Order: sequence, then structure tokens, then C-alpha cells
Amino acid sequence: MRITQGTFSFLPDLTREQIAAQVSYCLDKDWAVGIEYTDDPHPRNLYWEMYGNPMFDIKDAEGVMIEVDRAIAEHPNEYIKINAFDASHGWESIRLSFIVNRPKEEPGFRLQRTEFEGRKIRYTTHSYATDAPSGNRY
Amino acid sequence: MNQAKDNKAAERYRAGVMKYADMGYWEPDYEPADTDILALFRITPQDGVDPIEAAAAVAGESSTATWTVVWTDRLTACERYRAKCYRVDPVPGSDSEHFAYIAYDLDLFEPGSIANLTASIIGNVFGFKPLKALRLEDMRIPVGYVKTFEGPPTGIVVERERLDKFGRPLLGATTKPKLGLSGKNYGRVVYEALLGGLDFTKDDENINSQPFMHWRDRFLCVMEAVNRAQAATGEVKGHYLNVTAATMEDMYERAEFAKELGSNIIMIDLVIGYTAIQSMASWSRKNDMILHLHRAGHGTYTRQKTHGISFRVISKWMRLAGVDHIHAGTVVGKLEGDPASVQGFYNVLRETKNEVDLSRGIFFEQDWASMNAVMPVASGGIHAGQMHQLLHYLGEDVVLQFGGGTIGHPMGIAAGATANRVALEAMVLARNEGKDIWNEGPDILKNAAKHCKPLEAALDTWGEITFDYTSTDTLDFVPTATPS
Repeated sequence: MRITQGTFSFLPDLTREQIAAQVSYCLDKDWAVGIEYTDDPHPRNLYWEMYGNPMFDIKDAEGVMIEVDRAIAEHPNEYIKINAFDASHGWESIRLSFIVNRPKEEPGFRLQRTEFEGRKIRYTTHSYATDAPSGNRY
Repeated sequence: MNQAKDNKAAERYRAGVMKYADMGYWEPDYEPADTDILALFRITPQDGVDPIEAAAAVAGESSTATWTVVWTDRLTACERYRAKCYRVDPVPGSDSEHFAYIAYDLDLFEPGSIANLTASIIGNVFGFKPLKALRLEDMRIPVGYVKTFEGPPTGIVVERERLDKFGRPLLGATTKPKLGLSGKNYGRVVYEALLGGLDFTKDDENINSQPFMHWRDRFLCVMEAVNRAQAATGEVKGHYLNVTAATMEDMYERAEFAKELGSNIIMIDLVIGYTAIQSMASWSRKNDMILHLHRAGHGTYTRQKTHGISFRVISKWMRLAGVDHIHAGTVVGKLEGDPASVQGFYNVLRETKNEVDLSRGIFFEQDWASMNAVMPVASGGIHAGQMHQLLHYLGEDVVLQFGGGTIGHPMGIAAGATANRVALEAMVLARNEGKDIWNEGPDILKNAAKHCKPLEAALDTWGEITFDYTSTDTLDFVPTATPS
């Protein structure tokens, strides 16, 4: 399966040049770009690991791309995404978030059903990969 | 001096009928206070009725007046409670219609009640005989009154954080056929559409609990579909479960069941009424639920430009009442919507502060005092081939709903959803890269279709479909004029 979180997951994987163009767009808007990675891609995992703080002071896309390259080199078989943070009043959250690296194999999720009274079912989404300890998942 | 004043008051309150303009409802020198509620009406007086008298009558009938003088006014601070018409302008391009600006003191209204606000502003006055027609065009809600409402329970930013979806419009579809499917078949449509790439699917406005599908069965089947799709894609998915019902008790029961099954969003129809909407907004806030509003019924009073209420006013009321989503027009789809007017509605729903913008029908400055924004929903006759136009007109914070454009896809529902999602992502990517999507849109779609068969099929099927009819609700303004 292919996890479709993030803004561009339905397109073919973005090239380095395409990623840099999106980073430029974010920097032009004065958003700070941050890199996050994880081996626990549950759809409600809010806190991926930060690859350093958001880069508030880097204003050129190539500077950001050096960090992206480094993150991919260090975590080649994990999910890595780029988040753009907009600090302006009334938003103060993420504006753009897209995956730039993913594991070679994506086993996906099991849907766990717990039946209870009536015909009601409680659902749990379980990532196959997280059965193994972090660091040995992909 | 005092004697003269007393004589004047005695004269003013002598039993009988007098002109509204002379009763104190027309005050051309009045400077509206920052705390006043302001309303702009389009009035069409009966033949022979003076526009100023008609405008004063609207002020009177929507505040303290009755048809005759009453001495009991003198027991009250009646000057304060009278609404004051302070300006009357001819409508550009019309010889019978006028714009009347009316100011209302804040004390006339109960805090946090749309029912009370509207009982005055659109109460008896709309049936007043000396007017042929009356339309409420716009309102300015002062910050002091805005702050008495809780507003949208979730808001655009928190909705995006909950869904983990940023940087692009959300995608939805209404289950079709809207009536007749069994619960199991209905859930099939939901599953396929979400699996294929939509973020949301939706009950239609008239899906409640009918012989072909009981509401509980619908909820159970839909939640199986939502959870299956979520596990299959690793993405948060949702379905607007319509809890509209005959009584508040029924609606609460349905909303509780939706919560129990783990739904992240519920839905109501505008026809349930303002008070019921505010009740469901409170419930949604308590239960971390996104609240979707379908504007069923609005066309009966928003569409004709001489009589009724403009949808920009409904948008303001619904932001105050507290809904997270509202259907607000598509510009390019099958339903009524002049592009500039629709953009005006979207601005009302989404901006922190609206500046006066006559070209989009915004007559008043409106400070929303950091009230949550409402996500507009564009639904009705739109398809993947229009993606560049939709992004251009409607921007990023909108739900694009392709019902027929998903379910009617020649390769199936999931393929229809994929076509829409690929078209959307390709268009956002191109826009962010600095491409001129308005002109290059069709080429961007064609290129994206090279790696996506379903998009190619969608463009082949619907590429040329447009709904190009003249709007009935258009704007009347002189481009250079600004209100003083």
C-alpha cells in the first residue's frame, strides 16, 4: 500500500527539484520549514520526530534542501515530511505538509474490530510495522 | 425653553398616526456608534411612497414602532431604542429601488441569540404593505455583539490539524443516488470514494431516516466504510452523518450515536432553524465534533435580488451561530452564484476582518474579533476538468465536493475519487511552483493524466461540461463609489 498522508501523495514521488520549488514557495510566504520523520505513520500520530527545529532563519531553498538531503541520508527507510509553519495571527499552524521520503515497503494497517452491544463496533487502526521496536520497523 | 420642549413632546405623542420619518426613525445626521448593529436593506417602495418614509418605516417596524403613536413610549428611553435610518441611496441602475442604511442600538438584542437578532431585523418588517419588496443585503455586527457568540466549534485551522491535511482544498462527495440506497449499499459508495482519495463523503440534505434506510443502519454501515478506508490509506477520513430530525431530542440521540461510533463530523440542515443550529453547535463544541451545515432551503429567500436576504448575511449569522462548514457556492457549478458575490461570501466566512468591498457585495467593515473561520463548501455540478478554475476562484480553504463527478466516473467510484485527487494535487503543485494555472490549467491536467488513467477518463467524459447561465443575484454598484 501507499500511505496517502500529505499534500502530494497522489502524485509520483517528487524529485529534488520539485521539492525545492515547494520549499521556495513556503519561504516566499515567510513560513518556517521544518523536517520530521517517523517509523510510526498512524494517521493520528501527531508527533513525528523533529529533525531539528523549524528553520526559522534559513531563507534560501538550497539551505533547506541540504538539511532535507541529510535527513534522507540518515533515515533512508522511514517516512520524512516537510512542514511549513505560518506564525501569522489567525493561523499559527501548518500551511503545507508533504512527504518527501518513504520506506521501500509499506505494509500498512490492520483494522481491528471490537464488537459490542447492538451491532456497534469499536475500530482501531493498527500499523503492522509498529509490532517491532522503533528503529527496527522498516 | 422647557415649556417649548414640553409642548413639542406633547405634540409628538398626541394620539394618532404620523409619518415614521417624523417619529424619529429618519436621522440623516446620525453618526453610527461603533457598538451599533448596522443593516443595509434594499427597499422597493409601493408607487407613490417616498423612499425616505419607506426606509424610516423599515427602521421603525424592525425596532420599536407600531402603526400609530403610543403614549407608553414616554415611559422608556425611546430615542435610544428607535432604530435610525441614517442614509438612503438610489440603487445604481434602478429607478425604483433604494439602499437604506439603518443603525440599531446594541441594547435591542439578547446576547448570543440569532433568533432574537433575526426576530427584529427580518421580523414583521418583511410583510409591511407600503413596500413592494425588501431585501436585507448586509449587516455589520459590532465586536461587542460578536463576542457574545461562541462561533464555529472547530474552525478551519483546528479542523486541518485534526485531519492532518494542509495546503490544499479538501475533497468530498455526496452519496448518490441521494435517496433509495439501503444502508449496506450506501456504505459501499462511501468506502469506494474514500478509498479512491476523497477526504470526506456526505449524506445529502434529505437523507434522515426513511423506509429504505433507517438512520442507525446508515450510521453503522458508514462508519465501517470510513474505518476501512482509513486503514487502507493511512489517512484520516470522515463522513458527514446528517443528524437532522424532527425534534432536538432526536437530533441529540443521533449525534450521540455518531460520537459513540467514532465519527469526527456530523451534519445538520439550515431548515432546522437558527436555535437548533446553535444548540447543535454547543453540542459539537462539547464533543470535539466538526459541524457541517447544508444550506437547504436558502434559495427560497436568497436568490431574488429585490426580496429576501442575501446569502452574505446568512453567512455572517451562521459564523456567529457556530458551524464549521457551510455550502456557499461554486461559481462554476450547476447552482446559482455570481463569481464576485460568491467570493464575498467566502471572505465573510474565512477572513479575520472584512474591509468594505462593493465589488464583492461587502458594504460594511466587519471585525470578527478572532472568531473561528468557517470552511466554505463548493458543491453542485463541478468536475475535475474545472480544477484550475475552482482553485483560482475559491482558494485553498474550501471543501470541493464532486458528487456526480466521483460516482458517475466511467471506471467506477474509486477511480472517480482518484481522478479528482490527482487533478487537485497536480494543480496545487503547479500553482506553488508559480505556474499560471488560470491559463495553463487544462495543460496541467492533461500532463497529470499521463500518469493517471482515471483522470484521463474524467477529462474525456466531462472536460467540456459547463453551466454558463446568467445569475439572478448579481451586484449593483458603481465601481468608483465608496460609502462615506
